[in-house]
Formats: sequence, C-alpha cells, structure tokens
Amino acid sequence: MPKLRRERRSVVAVEHVGAYVLLRVDRGSLEPGIPGQFFMLEAPGRVLPRPMSLCLAPRGELAFLLEPIGPGTRALAALERGDRIHVLGPLGNGFRLDIARPLLVGGGIGIAPLPYLSEALDRPPAVLGFRSEYHAVAAALVPNAEVVVDPVLVTDALPEGRDVLACGPEPMLEAVRVLHPDAQLAWEAPMACGYGACYGCVVEIDGELKRLCLEGPVLCSS
Amino acid sequence: MQLLNASGCLDALAAPEVARGLDAFVTKTVTPEPRAGNEPPRIAETDHGMLNAIGLANPGRERFLAESLPALQELGIPLWVSVGGFAAREYAETCARLEGVTIELNLSCPNVDEAPESAAEIVAACRAATGLALYAKLSPHAWDIGETVRAVEAAGADGISLVNTLRGVALDARLRPKLARGSGGYSGPALKPVALAAVLAARRATSLPVVGMGGVWSGRDVLEFVACGATHVALGTVLFADPDAPARIREELQEAMHDAGFARLDDAFCAAVEGVAKLAN
Repeated sequence: MPKLRRERRSVVAVEHVGAYVLLRVDRGSLEPGIPGQFFMLEAPGRVLPRPMSLCLAPRGELAFLLEPIGPGTRALAALERGDRIHVLGPLGNGFRLDIARPLLVGGGIGIAPLPYLSEALDRPPAVLGFRSEYHAVAAALVPNAEVVVDPVLVTDALPEGRDVLACGPEPMLEAVRVLHPDAQLAWEAPMACGYGACYGCVVEIDGELKRLCLEGPVLCSS
Repeated sequence: MQLLNASGCLDALAAPEVARGLDAFVTKTVTPEPRAGNEPPRIAETDHGMLNAIGLANPGRERFLAESLPALQELGIPLWVSVGGFAAREYAETCARLEGVTIELNLSCPNVDEAPESAAEIVAACRAATGLALYAKLSPHAWDIGETVRAVEAAGADGISLVNTLRGVALDARLRPKLARGSGGYSGPALKPVALAAVLAARRATSLPVVGMGGVWSGRDVLEFVACGATHVALGTVLFADPDAPARIREELQEAMHDAGFARLDDAFCAAVEGVAKLAN
C-alpha cells in the first residue's frame, strides 16, 4: 500500500468549460499518478472532501474537471486563484495501459479522467456522449473524439474490435459492458475518505461487497 | 491521555501509517458471523456532519481471528478489538477467544437491530468470559447516561466509551432518504456538544476511565473532552477528512492547553473533576 500524501496546494486557475469547471492547482510534491486514479479535494466549508479523478497533468499542476451540482462541487467551483485546499492522492487503481487498440468512451462528467488517459495512450480515438450541446463543449479536452448528444448514446457509436476504457454514469457503463465484456470501466460511488477507512463506497465485485476506493475505481468488467 | 480512533473509522491494514499516529488502534466491530453490511448508498454528508449506515460489515469472528488479527498484531500497535453481537452469549463467545488486547463492547450501533439484552447483561456475560480490560461503548440516546454507566460498572466494565453516533435521516432533492437503509448514524462536528454532555454525565457517575469521542476535529476539541472528564479521546469522522489528523491534533493540543492556561493535561482533567463535583445538582 503506497503511503498517503496530502498537501495544502494553491489554486492556479478556475476555468469554465461549457457546463463544467476545470480546477487547476499547483502540484507541489504530489504525483499525478496513473490515469483513472483519483484525489480527495478539500471542499471549503464542507465536512468531507470530494473524490475527483485527475483530468490533466500540465507541468507543475494537477487539473480536475468537475460539475457544480451539489454543495461540495459548488464550493470547489467557487474557489479563486490563490485559494488553498488540501489535496490527498493519488488514490486507488487506474487504467491498465498495456492494450493494443484503445478506444476511450466517456459520458457527461465521466469524461474527467479521459484527457490525461488520452495523453498517456498517445491520443487514441474516443467516443463521448453528453446531454446537451452546452455540456459537449468539454469534448474539446479530449483529442480525436466523436461526440454524440442525447438522444444519441455512446453505445450507438461504438466501433467493433477495440479495447474499451470507459468512464461515465452507471447505466452507460452497464450498456458498454454488454457490448464489450472485457472493457476497463471506471466507476463512481459516494466516498467519505478515499483510502479504505469509511466503507462507504462498497460495490459488488465477484459476489462480494468491496471498497471501490481500494479495489477500483477502475475495474475490469469481466 | 491516549489518542485512539473510533471503531469503524480507520482500517489499519489499508493505512498503517495513519494507525501508527495513534496510541492504540480500535478495530471495526467483529460479529460472530460474517456481515456484508447494508446496501449502498451507505453514507451521506450533511451540512455539519455525516450519516453512515455501513451495518457492521466485517468478515466474521473466525476470519477475523485467523486473518485480520494476526496481520494487525504484526503492525506493532496496541490493539482494541470492538466486539459486537445480537445476544449476550455471542459477545461473550468472542471475548473468550481474544488475548493480549483491550476489548470495546459495541452496545450501541444504530445501524443494526440491537441485542435485546441490556448493556449490563452483555457486560456481565463478557466479564465472566474474559479477564481482559472491557470498555462498554454506549449510545448518546440514553435518557440517563449516568444510570447506564453505573449499571455497566456494577456488571464489571473496566471503562466507558462514548459516544456512538446519533440516529439521523437526510433527504435528497426529491425528499427521499439519501441512505438506502433510510436512517443512519450521525457523526462529525455537530455531535460534539452531545458527546461532551455524555462524557460529563459519565464522569459524574464513575471514576472509571472514559474514552470520549464525537466530533473531535482539533486539539482544542480534545482538551474540551478532557475538561469534561475523558481520560482518553478517539478520532472518528475527522479521519475521513484528514488522515494526518492524529499528528496535527497532538500539535494543536499543546497550543490549546497553553491558551487555556493549563501547563499539563492532568491539570485540565483535575479541574474537570472538581467542576463536575460542583455540578452535583
């Protein structure tokens, strides 16, 4: 088990990307980790931090894509340059990168880990789905992406014969799993701690309830 | 004063360096049979705390004794084992199998159907089964905490832990419970005044050691628990938010003592005991 690293970092920028916000903090001595791993970000004024997968790792920075829909994500989106927040990570298991023909699949805020993943895999093709054109603005963060907007679904646009790496809402992941039983899927669950302490994020894996923060968030669906 | 974790708020095997920052590690509650726990969602943040309904998920007594306990012992940290069950006999059977640890009897989990026996009956059964130190972990729900404390002391408890969580409910935007179980245990900063009152009530009722917990977030909070009569203090929800809390809180405690005009923690405790005597009515 790697040692936990938690540092108080400065906000470098808060950029609006369509319906989403890209929060950039200075990296300090935190490692960006493997695409698909996540960080716990202190949400000012809230009791618990929020889990966010790394979106981009520009030099000296860590960047997180978030959708301000609840009190925690709204508090993070309201940060300003120079504000400081505690950042813990990287945590969990990321994507396996030793694959021959990668295809990235993302839905909504689930595209968050894909820009960093795309970089690590040398910009493979991607299929991204959004619920509106306004949300789809964030597709610009992922190179070589085909974009579909509701009512068209990503599963309507998946090519055959690809190694799928996907992140998105649960119904999307379930549908992707039906078409690509070997896909690597990044799941989401409510999480208080991110490091195995709270047992809040359990999901059923191989018939047992296991902690997604330790066993995932990326799971091989077969 | 020892700094502990509250049971169920840390996995020493997943984060040993966090556990090493404590004076002793308290395990998640062990029940006789394995328990998968409640369906997700199991946790929900509220404005000033959080709810959990984990449901005593644990591998069961046999796997705990065969696998988890030896692995925990290898960490070299003093251990407290939190023991749970659904009948006094079940608690006692687990106690009889333990060696070299302190036992905390979980008499107060809000997320499972509780044992029908009273806290004192369970403590008495466990007392008959083991010579190890026995702490009784009590609920903040009791109307007269002092009465429960006196009863478990008479039954043979060596110490008191309090408080467990308060039962609570949180609703989502569509007014449905956020937790799959409906209600859960409420913890975090909002619990602190309730916990301080419980510690004070326990201190008025007994001279046994008392582990105070409930919303401890800072060194100042630790000092307040000691000032209400706690001999040890446990960290719960704060560990979720800040795995560095043990070291930070120890540092802050020194400053908090100085600011409050106490050179030593014992002085704060003694002041508490005197203060409690004056509160006799």
